Amino acid sequence: MSGFVRAAGAEWVKLRSVRSTVVTLSLFAFVALGLGWVVANGFSEGGPAADALLPIMFGLLTAQLVLVTFAVATVGSEFSTGTIRASLAAVPSRGRFFAAKMTAVGLTVAAAALVVEVAVYGLVRVVIGDAAAPLTEWWTIEALLGGWIHLTLLSVFTASIAMMLRSTVVTLSILLPVLFLSSQGLGNLDAIRPVVQYFPDQVGMVIMHMTVPGDPRFGRDYGPWEGIAILVLWTAAALVGGWLSMRRRDA
Amino acid sequence: MVIEVSNLTKRYRGGTAVDDLTFTVEPGRVTGFLGPNGAGKSTTIRLILGLDRPTGGSATVNGRPYRSLERPLTSVGALMDAGDLHPTRSVREHLRWLARTNGIGERRIGEVLEATGMAGVARKHAKTLSLGMKQRLGVAAALLGDPGVLILDEPVNGLDPEGVVWIRNLMKGLAAEGRTVLVSSHLMSEMALTAEHLVVIGRGRLLADTSTKDFIAAHAPADGSGASLEEAFMRLTGASVEFRSGGSL
Ligand SMILES: Nc1ncnc2c1ncn2[C@@H]1O[C@H](COP(=O)(O)OP(=O)(O)OP(=O)(O)O)[C@@H](O)[C@H]1O
Ligand SMILES: [Mg+2]
Repeated sequence: MSGFVRAAGAEWVKLRSVRSTVVTLSLFAFVALGLGWVVANGFSEGGPAADALLPIMFGLLTAQLVLVTFAVATVGSEFSTGTIRASLAAVPSRGRFFAAKMTAVGLTVAAAALVVEVAVYGLVRVVIGDAAAPLTEWWTIEALLGGWIHLTLLSVFTASIAMMLRSTVVTLSILLPVLFLSSQGLGNLDAIRPVVQYFPDQVGMVIMHMTVPGDPRFGRDYGPWEGIAILVLWTAAALVGGWLSMRRRDA
Repeated sequence: MVIEVSNLTKRYRGGTAVDDLTFTVEPGRVTGFLGPNGAGKSTTIRLILGLDRPTGGSATVNGRPYRSLERPLTSVGALMDAGDLHPTRSVREHLRWLARTNGIGERRIGEVLEATGMAGVARKHAKTLSLGMKQRLGVAAALLGDPGVLILDEPVNGLDPEGVVWIRNLMKGLAAEGRTVLVSSHLMSEMALTAEHLVVIGRGRLLADTSTKDFIAAHAPADGSGASLEEAFMRLTGASVEFRSGGSL
């Protein structure tokens, strides 16, 4: 077994052996399903089928904050508990440690997001009816696939930021306001939209079909797959930053 | 296996923690690592383990920098701060992730739990452990890879009298098996019983690198009365103590 596989296996043991993993991932599922159910119930049957994407994505988009908290706390707790010293004594290659941690966080979030997304989709279909967001339509597949990729990449992005800042509290107090911008509607203000529309969470709204293409206020200058490409760039930049900061600094 | 520290220097913004330090830790004996508070013992240990980068000089284990070891736990076991644990992770799971990193089998976890008297609390969360139990867990973690080199930073802290005797005999036993044992402590009477050899530092600089017997003899009072390691240590380090208590409350 290669050193990387051993290190990633160890990161998985770390994740599954603490209570907070189960708690936060359950909360993620609870929020996504709960909000999906509430919003779906406010929908009238017989409306446009595409509208059913809103209850699905609204729940997931809000619950992503829980997922971000999970990703950030997973990294931050290494520093707050001091286990980072044992981790780096056991895996002295900083790059290997970082890659292992990001892989474990990414795969765990990917699995959780997939399960929850499928569950939310099923729930919304039960509430609104079989006509809602049918899987025979490409835009349904696109939104579900894009949402899943978005949640996974956003978690890796924020976990990398946490590795640079070395603290759960500092990282969340910077990231949560930024990721709340979308729900507060700041992304729709004309003055800042040209810049803010490229922020990771705004990209997510496009990917999840929560914006209206071509709309002067809610439209964005790019489409869903360009949005994913932008998120990939954000994530890659954060990964490079996290790796550089791990490589240089004392434990 | 030997630990070689050569011209090791570590400067922080606040000052120099380790200052051109050179010494070798030989196998087959317990080497005591002594020095007043803030002398640079823990910093030296972090440098040996590759956790901090030296400003100058180098530290190697068997001729290789720690960071170049592919499965470091199988050659070097270390106890730094016993409190470095995730509060809601169990004792066994802590050892399990450590074992995974270095491809150490599940059976070995049971062995070190038995050897450190921690088998009975293997399912307990770290936050419920007493300081002494955390120290034992730290020793268990250090022994996990059956390493030829052991580096223990103040392992005696928090141990009950039975635990003190246990760790003394453990360290002596490991050295007798031909392993290299470096242990830091402020408990001079305990070091006099455990360490055959001493490396003493003050303000980051080497003050002595000699056998315990010679050290005591060299710094004994001139009248030859009641020479102890404690007295010898205070005589030698008197000039390099940074944090001296003084005055009255
Ligand atoms: N990360 C750091 N940043 C700045 N200064 C540091 C850092 N780590 C240690 N120091 C300083 O380096 C010096 C040596 O500290 P160190 O912890 O190595 O001493 P020590 O011999 O282990 O002391 P003690 O016996 O109290 O454990 C101290 O003055 C300390 O304040
Ligand atoms: Mg110390």
